[in-house]
Amino acid sequence: MKLDLNAKYQTSHEWVRPDGDQMVCGISDYAQNSLSDVVFIELPDVGKLLKQGDVFGTIESVKAASDLYMPLSGEIVEVNEAISDALQIINNDPYNKGWLIKFKPTNMVEWDKLLSGKDYKKAVEAEG
Amino acid sequence: MNQPLKQTKLYQWHVDQGARLVPFAGWEMPVQYPTGPLEEHRLTRRSAGLFDIDHMGQIIVTGADAAAYLNQLVTWDICLLAENQAHYALMCYENGGIVDDVFIYKLPGRFMVVVNASNLAKDFQWMHEHLANYQATITDISAETYMMALQGPRAIELLQTLTSANLATMPRFSALEDKLNGIPTIIGRTGYTGEDGVELFFPAEHALTLWQAILDGGASSGIEVKPIGLAARDSLRFEPSFPLYGHEISADITPLEANLGWSCKLEKDFIGQAALLKQKAQGLAKKLIGFEMVEKSVPRQDCPVISTNGQAIGAVVTGLYAPTVDKYCGHAFVPPAYAEIGTKINIVIHDKPKAAIVVKRPFYTPSYRKY
Repeated sequence: MKLDLNAKYQTSHEWVRPDGDQMVCGISDYAQNSLSDVVFIELPDVGKLLKQGDVFGTIESVKAASDLYMPLSGEIVEVNEAISDALQIINNDPYNKGWLIKFKPTNMVEWDKLLSGKDYKKAVEAEG
Repeated sequence: MNQPLKQTKLYQWHVDQGARLVPFAGWEMPVQYPTGPLEEHRLTRRSAGLFDIDHMGQIIVTGADAAAYLNQLVTWDICLLAENQAHYALMCYENGGIVDDVFIYKLPGRFMVVVNASNLAKDFQWMHEHLANYQATITDISAETYMMALQGPRAIELLQTLTSANLATMPRFSALEDKLNGIPTIIGRTGYTGEDGVELFFPAEHALTLWQAILDGGASSGIEVKPIGLAARDSLRFEPSFPLYGHEISADITPLEANLGWSCKLEKDFIGQAALLKQKAQGLAKKLIGFEMVEKSVPRQDCPVISTNGQAIGAVVTGLYAPTVDKYCGHAFVPPAYAEIGTKINIVIHDKPKAAIVVKRPFYTPSYRKY
């Protein structure tokens, strides 16, 4: 399982890390591997205000659909347009080119509650 | 229930190659390899894909009345089969519902009926129940017979490197028995992908040898070939609009509803004939359609289909992203009034109606295949 140790995680398998004064968010390598080939993604409109834990989109693979959850409260400032016609980028490079959304966080206290890479890995392994 | 899953003789090979194995019809089968289902699909369409399909069943029918016995059981007219020819057919219940779809091979001195893994026990029981009054014997040879498929535009070229039999001149849906890599094999020019290719039947103890010989044959002749899992098998069979039991066909669906009338000889006697003749005269209540999403979204099995004015009209039986046609599409059953090509419908996906349109089936025919 590949990890980005600069990012924090939640058990629903999204990663998030600072990107200037914004946050960038995607799905973990473990998540893309479990999902298998991504065939569809639905991302929010720019400007949308969402709370931590809100569904911000849906990702679908050959066999399954999963909701995507906001790791932190914030306002969506950008969605990754480059992946819309090349969804394999999410499978091939989940932590970099395969990012999904950028948002302006509204409550950084929430950051502290997220899992470190190491703790996320433990949580995934405990899940089996 | 809860019986241990069966494993094919290639189980360990699949595990060693990093395949993901899932329960399917009582078997633990590879659903995908590290290649991933989309690439596995595309590889089969552009070169050759190798399928471990040993979960499928084979039943041999012999005896003086073998043809007459089989003919009462299936929709196709067995008398039309020449030796070493194969044809698709359905076994129906009296009410016209489908027991299973089968491929029947007329081989020298016997018939071989190839059935779905999920239906093997039921099919054998059904066939056994209808043996009375016929001088015929049925034998389930599934355990000792291995089944593989090699499919794709370069499949024949690749297989030719392993046999002295002339494969190029084999008509589609014909069979021959010859040695393949030294192993006595029934080679059928048949398949479940829409591509050219073969299905192979041979003594099970040679499974690993032949599997490896085909992969090595590809490597040494420069023909790209890889193992293909069940996920790609599903999208490969969907694009040419081949039915899958439990989806396009079932005990609650008749061949006419499933657009399989071409595989029914309604003028000959068979179980279900009367029901199908009656249904043909009275008209269908539901019909299989192909649809394409206008609003991008992935339809899935059981998604409701509604008319543009919000009326519930049916349900999706197969829905997916079709890699070759690069569209989100599916099959659904709807009343004939909504089955016209170009009809606008909605598919309810994640509780939201999404626009779709009825399109012509099949979604895909290989360019080298003109029919």
